[in-house]
Order: sequence, then C-alpha cells, then structure tokens
Amino acid sequence: MAGLAILVPILLATVTYELWWPYNPNDIDLLAINKGPSPEHWMGSDGVGRDVMARLLQGGRTSLLVASVSMAISTIVGFSVGAVAGFAGRLVDGTAMRLVDLAMTLPPVIFLLVLASIAGTGVGPTILVISLLSWPVLSRMVRSRLLELRERDFVVASRGMGAGLWHLLFRHGLPNTIDILVVYATLQVAGGILLEAGLSFLGSGVTPPEASWGNMLNSARSVLVLENYPRQWMFPGAVLVITVLAINFVGDGLRDAFDPRAELN
Amino acid sequence: MLQYTLRRTAVGLLMLLALTVLIFIMLRLAPGDPIDAYINPSVPMSASDLDVLRARLGLDQPLPVQYFARLGAALRGDFGYSIQRGGDPVLPLVLSRIGPTILLMVSGLVIAIVLGIATGIISAVRRNQPTDISLSIMAFVGISSPAFLTALLGLYIFAVTLRWAPAGGMLTPGAPFSFADLLAHLVLPASLLSIGHAALIMRYMRSSLLEVLSQDYVRTARAKGVREFWVIVKHALRNALLPVITLIGSTIGIAIGGAIFIESIFDWPGMGLLMINAVSRRDYPVIMCATLLTGACVILVNLLTDMAYAAVDPRIKVA
Repeated sequence: MAGLAILVPILLATVTYELWWPYNPNDIDLLAINKGPSPEHWMGSDGVGRDVMARLLQGGRTSLLVASVSMAISTIVGFSVGAVAGFAGRLVDGTAMRLVDLAMTLPPVIFLLVLASIAGTGVGPTILVISLLSWPVLSRMVRSRLLELRERDFVVASRGMGAGLWHLLFRHGLPNTIDILVVYATLQVAGGILLEAGLSFLGSGVTPPEASWGNMLNSARSVLVLENYPRQWMFPGAVLVITVLAINFVGDGLRDAFDPRAELN
Repeated sequence: MLQYTLRRTAVGLLMLLALTVLIFIMLRLAPGDPIDAYINPSVPMSASDLDVLRARLGLDQPLPVQYFARLGAALRGDFGYSIQRGGDPVLPLVLSRIGPTILLMVSGLVIAIVLGIATGIISAVRRNQPTDISLSIMAFVGISSPAFLTALLGLYIFAVTLRWAPAGGMLTPGAPFSFADLLAHLVLPASLLSIGHAALIMRYMRSSLLEVLSQDYVRTARAKGVREFWVIVKHALRNALLPVITLIGSTIGIAIGGAIFIESIFDWPGMGLLMINAVSRRDYPVIMCATLLTGACVILVNLLTDMAYAAVDPRIKVA
C-alpha cells in the first residue's frame, strides 16, 4: 500500500506534466545553462539550458513506457512458452527448456549489450531487447506450475473428455498461474526500468535528445557534470530508486497476498 | 560422485557448444559484412580482392559449413581481427583484459560474502529487533538500487568530495608499479561492486539461518546447555550456509553485469570497458569473443558450484 501511495503520484505526474509544467523537455534556453534550482526551474537546468524537471518527467514517461511494453511482451511470450512446454509433451518441453537454459547462461547485461549492438538504439529496439531478455525466467516458473497441475484430477478429467491443448491452456492453465503472472509482471516493470536505465546509461538504449532516466544519468559519466552539477544526475537517480522501490513493495505485497509461502526467486 | 561429475561436465560442454551456435547466429544477424572481421582495416583492398578473400575464407559457403570453420578457428585461438584499434588480433586483446576484471570481481565477491554472511547472521540472531529491521531495510535499498547509481554516488562522495580514493583507473599513470597503489585504486570500485551482492547474500543468509534455528537439533543443542554462540557457529551455521553457496554460484552472472558498470564508471581496464567500447563502435569480433569467454566462465563456475554442493550435501546426487 505504501508502495502504491508513492507510485500513483509519480505515474500521474509523468502522464499529465504538459498540463501544469510550463517548460518543454527539449526547449533550449542558452541564457540558463547549468543553473541551480530556482522558482522558475525547480530542479535547475542542464548543460544546454534545458529544464531538468521537464526532462525528468518526460524521461519518466519514456522509462515507464519501455518498462510496461516490454513487461507485456515478455509476460505473453513467457507464459506461452512455459505453458506449451508444460502441457505439450516431453519433446517440446525438452527443446524449450534447453533454449531457456541457454538464454540464462549469459550474464543479463552482456546479453543485453550484444543484443543492443545488433538491434541498434532508440525506444523500439530497447523494448525489443529487454523483452527478449526477460521471458525465460517466467516461462520456467509457469512450466513448473503446469507440470504439477497436469497431474491434478480435474485436468486429467478434462483431458479424458477430449479437451484440446488450447482449452487446457486457457481454461485451466491461465487461471491457475495468474498469481505467478501478476507478481512477475509487477516486478518485471521494476526490472524493466532498471534494465532501460542501465542500457541507456551505457549509451546503448534510449539516446538523446529523447529523455529517459538512464540517459540523464549518462551525462554524469562526464567528470565535469559529476563534480560540478550533481543535481543534474542526482534527481533522476533518486526518482529511479524511489520508483523501483515502490514497485518492489507492491510486488512483495501482491506475492504475500496470493500465497505467503510462494517462492519466486 | 564420479558419474555425477562426468554427467555435469558433459552437460556443461554441450551448453558451451550451444552458446557458440547462438553467438554465430547473432554475429550473422548483426548489420555489416562478415568479411570485415577478417581484414586488417589499415590495409586498403579492392572489391575483386575482397571476392577472392571471401572465397578463400569460405564465406561463400553455406552457413553450417561456415559455422564449423569458425568453430575450428576459434578452437585454435583465431577469433579474427578487431575492427577498431588498427586491426589487432582479437584474442590477445581480450585475454589481456581478463586479469583486471577477475581481480575486481574476486575482491568484490570476497567483500560481499564476508559482509553478507556477517550481517545475515546478526540479522537472524537479532530477529525483529531494531538492528535487524535497519539491516533489512538497507538490504532492500541495496537490492533495488542499480549498480551504476551506487557507483556514481560512491564516486561522487568518496573520490570527488572527500578525496579518499583515486577516481578511476587501475594504477597511477607513469608511476612505478606498487601494490599499495593498486590497492588504493581497487578498494572503492570493489566495495561498490559488492553492495548489491552483499544485500542479496544477507537476505538469503538471514532466512536460511532462521529456518535452521527452528529445527529440532538446534533445540537439542540448546537443551544440552551449549552456549548460544557455539549453537549458532557450530550447529546452525554449517547447515544454513548450503543454500547460500548455491546462491553465490548462481548469481555470478549478476556480478559480471555489475562489474561492467563499475568498470565503465571507474575506467577500470577490464573486459567490461573493452566490451562497452566495442559495442559503441560495433566491433563485432571483439564483442563475440568477449561474450563467448564470459559465457564459458559462467558455465564453468556453475559447474564448480554444482560439484561443491554435491560434495557437501550427499542428497543432491539422487535428484
């Protein structure tokens, strides 16, 4: 609940900022370069005189967009692969799970970098790369739940009455894995924000002039900004951590609500 | 045990082979002409020369044939030439970066293990007391904050503001090599690298120790009049450490990921920095070689963890 109380205002602010904040994230004001916070610019302005607050809000929109879309894609792919692996027999299961093993061998960040070097930069490729990276964990959880479920009487009965794979998946599989899906999806948004920020921080994700929390932090890789203008990277950093913490709180709460003993790690 | 070891090793080798296939496919998906990996960019070549070279290298052959040719070359240590850096061969370039990365990661891991296990024990022993609650909150923040952010903050506080440690690099340029100099450069990045990992280990250690402390044999030990300190160290800790060992092994990939950010922020001359530069310049031969080596390391570490675990816990072999 505490998580939601933090999350909802952030969400509202990023979605509606054009209505109440006078500055545009890409407007350049050469008379206000690297200024500190003032009544006009609450968080100051950056190296080419853009308003940090406006960039922060627009960046939040980008980051949350990337995180939510990639969450949706990886949930759908993860569920489908896990469900098919769990219900469709050993051969499919074996192949799918070896693929998942393989995808999990590589350290996530390395995999991310390699994929990003192939897919290119920008919002679209970043979503693609994060989705590609994230589904294996979910599909493994869905699979193990369904393997258990497959032996249960009501599934065996349904199968005996001639139910097809499609019917089994959506009438029995989906309702019985919904708790995994909801918790995974929530935590995946937090993960997506972190991955986007990391990727953009290294310069392979969302690239300027498009604002995102990650590439605002990227400016701190220059010693000048890091030393002299800490506000320019501390604000996005702080908002990033607060958002991720809030989402994790919500996710933990949901997990406890569904099943106090559930193991999701 | 022998059979188990052999089976795990075989699986590991198969994974490595599959990894080479994956990398080969990714290399082909990458934009650009694969021949770039073989030519020395500082030597100009005409289009007809390129065709001759392509035929000689077998790049006009079907993909499976090419794959096995590449695999053979890789086994002999030939990974092609770097596109940047005036066309140096890739393998020595990557190998020269492994040492610093291992140094950074091992020191970070040692700090994380010591810190994580110690705080985990304190937290479990002082369950639900202020110490435990504040440690748990710190761990939660540690897990939620990304490595690059803690690293930036650490760099700003300790190197820029307080000037306790040098802000980057591995050795002072120009100065003769000394161990103290290396250590001074190592402390800050290694401790920052360990934060996330330490938080994770601490959470596992805490829950695992709490579970063990409610077991019958712990109650028996207490009933016999064993002192609380020895109950925890001798009876509970040994059993509680098992899941933590697996965790450490299985999160080695995360540690490598964290190391990449730390290296980029602290200009640490390791694999991560090499990789980031290679990615921003689309230097695919270097990216692929580094990826393959990293993947091989992860597979090896997982293999060793599995075996260490089997050696400690005989029940594993049955499963």
